Amino acid sequence: MDIKYDRRSFIKTSTVGVAGAALPLTMVELAFAKPSDNFTFAYISDSHIQQIKGNQFVRNWDRGLIRAVAETNLLTPRPDFVIFGGDLAQMGSKPELDHGAELLSKLNGKVYHVMGEHDYYLDLGEYWSKLFGKHYYSFDHKGVHFVVLNSILTTDEWTFHRWPSNEQRMAEMAGLDNPNGSPFMVGDQQRDWLKKDLAKVKKDTPVVVFSHSPLQKIYKGWNFWTDDAEQVQALLAPFDKVTVFYGHVHQIQYNQIGNIAFTSAMATAWPWPYPQSYSQAQQLLPKLTVQMNRADPFFERDATGWQFIDVNSGRASATFNLYNNKVRTVAFDPQAGHPIDKTYQDPDRRIQPQTHY
Amino acid sequence: MAPPIQPVRVATCATLLSGLVAMGAALAQPLGLPPVPVPQNNPQTPEKIALGDKLFNDKRFSSTGEVSCATCHDPKKAFTDSPLVTSEGINKLTGTRNAPTVINSAYFKLFFWDGRSLDMEDQAQHPIVNPVEMGLVNHDPVLQIVRTDPDYVARFKKVFNKEGEQVTMKEVQQAIASFERTIVAGDSPFDKWHYGGDEKAVSEQVKRGFNVFLTKGRCVSCHTMEQDYALFTDNRFHNIGVGVNRIQAEIPQFAPAFLTAKSAGTDVDKAVLTNPKASELGRFAVTETLDEIGAFKTSTLRNVAVTAPFMHDGSLKTLRDVVEHYNNGGVTKKDDPVNDFLSGGIRPLNLTDAEISDLVAFMESLTSPQFAAQKAASANPASCNVKTTAVANVSPVAPAGKSASGGEGM
Repeated sequence: MDIKYDRRSFIKTSTVGVAGAALPLTMVELAFAKPSDNFTFAYISDSHIQQIKGNQFVRNWDRGLIRAVAETNLLTPRPDFVIFGGDLAQMGSKPELDHGAELLSKLNGKVYHVMGEHDYYLDLGEYWSKLFGKHYYSFDHKGVHFVVLNSILTTDEWTFHRWPSNEQRMAEMAGLDNPNGSPFMVGDQQRDWLKKDLAKVKKDTPVVVFSHSPLQKIYKGWNFWTDDAEQVQALLAPFDKVTVFYGHVHQIQYNQIGNIAFTSAMATAWPWPYPQSYSQAQQLLPKLTVQMNRADPFFERDATGWQFIDVNSGRASATFNLYNNKVRTVAFDPQAGHPIDKTYQDPDRRIQPQTHY
Repeated sequence: MAPPIQPVRVATCATLLSGLVAMGAALAQPLGLPPVPVPQNNPQTPEKIALGDKLFNDKRFSSTGEVSCATCHDPKKAFTDSPLVTSEGINKLTGTRNAPTVINSAYFKLFFWDGRSLDMEDQAQHPIVNPVEMGLVNHDPVLQIVRTDPDYVARFKKVFNKEGEQVTMKEVQQAIASFERTIVAGDSPFDKWHYGGDEKAVSEQVKRGFNVFLTKGRCVSCHTMEQDYALFTDNRFHNIGVGVNRIQAEIPQFAPAFLTAKSAGTDVDKAVLTNPKASELGRFAVTETLDEIGAFKTSTLRNVAVTAPFMHDGSLKTLRDVVEHYNNGGVTKKDDPVNDFLSGGIRPLNLTDAEISDLVAFMESLTSPQFAAQKAASANPASCNVKTTAVANVSPVAPAGKSASGGEGM
């Protein structure tokens, strides 16, 4: 069935929903035979709550998360749960994780957490675990098998033997394009667990995987990368319908590798890439060696956002709630066999790439 | 100097707005303003403008016969109803919003505080049938008058070559819009300095204030300027923490409830002016997009010193209050909670008292000469530019004599 994901009506129906009242049928009900198997969840990621000192935190990152939480709470019908996609903190400290958890506590409903490298490399996830639980796990929801991986691990040598202090280890991994960093990986132990976990799942069961780093290799220089991505993909290959969501990249990306559809999440904190232009005040943006341009640095929320996911018949469509921008939807297209941007899929409707000098 | 208000021929205005050009005189471009955009299907003619003027002032278009457009957009009050907080319609009923000035509204791309009207012609029809404005049930009484009143009959015949039932609200609205398009005003001291090159047109304080406006104040990002003119608006909508702060706690329930009511047929125009909570949803009530909860149109800054109080709800009494609201990062009282949906452009500015005074002086330099007298005569505290111990410099912006009135330094 050809579904028109008209942006406006979709928002009306699925977002601030009332939709049920506004239109006779929601998009979801139009699309699928068994509406009971269709559901939505919200997906907030990369908030990078950053302590300046004491109870002072970077206002910009706070506002991003606060706004995403408030808007998520307006979703009607209510999403079944919320995923937080990692990098809740900037430097992995207890005050940052506590403050982030406090802001997230305003969310209505169950929240599942994904580990990000900014949450991990200070104490290797110890305090994070006290707040949010296991580093990797799986759960089933309405016929879909969900897997949450900790994809931001790296070699033992880098993690345990290279740095004189935990703080320095954290700081080195926190740099986007820092050559002292190390490629992310899921690792042998977790892949063994994943293999066993998936062994219990029927091959026609839709599988949705969350990782913080992309489970595909995009750009090693910025660690938009998971070193053992192919091995993880191989474990997912036997399943009919696999969707991987990841954060970390702070921009909209989508891709198809074999049976696996990939979609990234926007950050609530800042976009990659960004310029250091328009400072006028201390910005506290992480240092970027190669400057790139960005839409409107005046509006601190510009080029950030959050998303909600519609899962139907085991396939997902991600709708990105963006500020100062049109809402965008990236949805799996059964005919094409890969995710497409519902607004910009045609070449003549694409946003032209910016010129870089 | 050619005055900005062009062929206005209203008794109420004429005495007030000194230096009116005779109708038909060459339309000199006011300094600091671009040409007025005029829609192709509604060209300006002197007769149409005069007709619009008459319609604008006709109180018979209200259910009580006491309210016209000019009641809330009074030429004697810079086309507002200053110092009212929110406007008074029939039977002293008050709406939820502060009357924006008509001056330079010809340049807006969307109309009303929430942009629910797409052009000036459309805008003109709504207050007539709003229950707290002019209060008519429908437009029939207006049509009855313009189709039968001999003066109107003659004028509509001459302007539109239409009579009887050929005269519809379309022609009424076109004439009103044509009139409103003549209410433009530039030539402020700031214009004479910045665009005219007259270094003596403004004080050093105004110049310092302009620098704050461009830099640390972050004002110009929304109150935009161009190379050769300045409208001081980006024609966009922003949640700046006014109004919405009052209903923060209720938004999770109220926003979806409003949309439900809207989908069931609630009239947005009536709802936002009669229901204070609905009003504070701002642009969201029109577009239903999450990004616009509590967002309102960026006002022009021209003549702002004579249009107090400020903001869509009239909640801020002085320009200094306005700057302090921004300086606090979108809250009027420093320790109030910031609303969750605040625009990403709003953050604490860390302006000093002196910088705030400079910024206010800059805004006071944006008063066009034909409204400067109103400023001097105004009893409202719009230009009370003093905080605690800091006493602002006396600005040379307004004409002589203002120091004895409620001007700067009070």
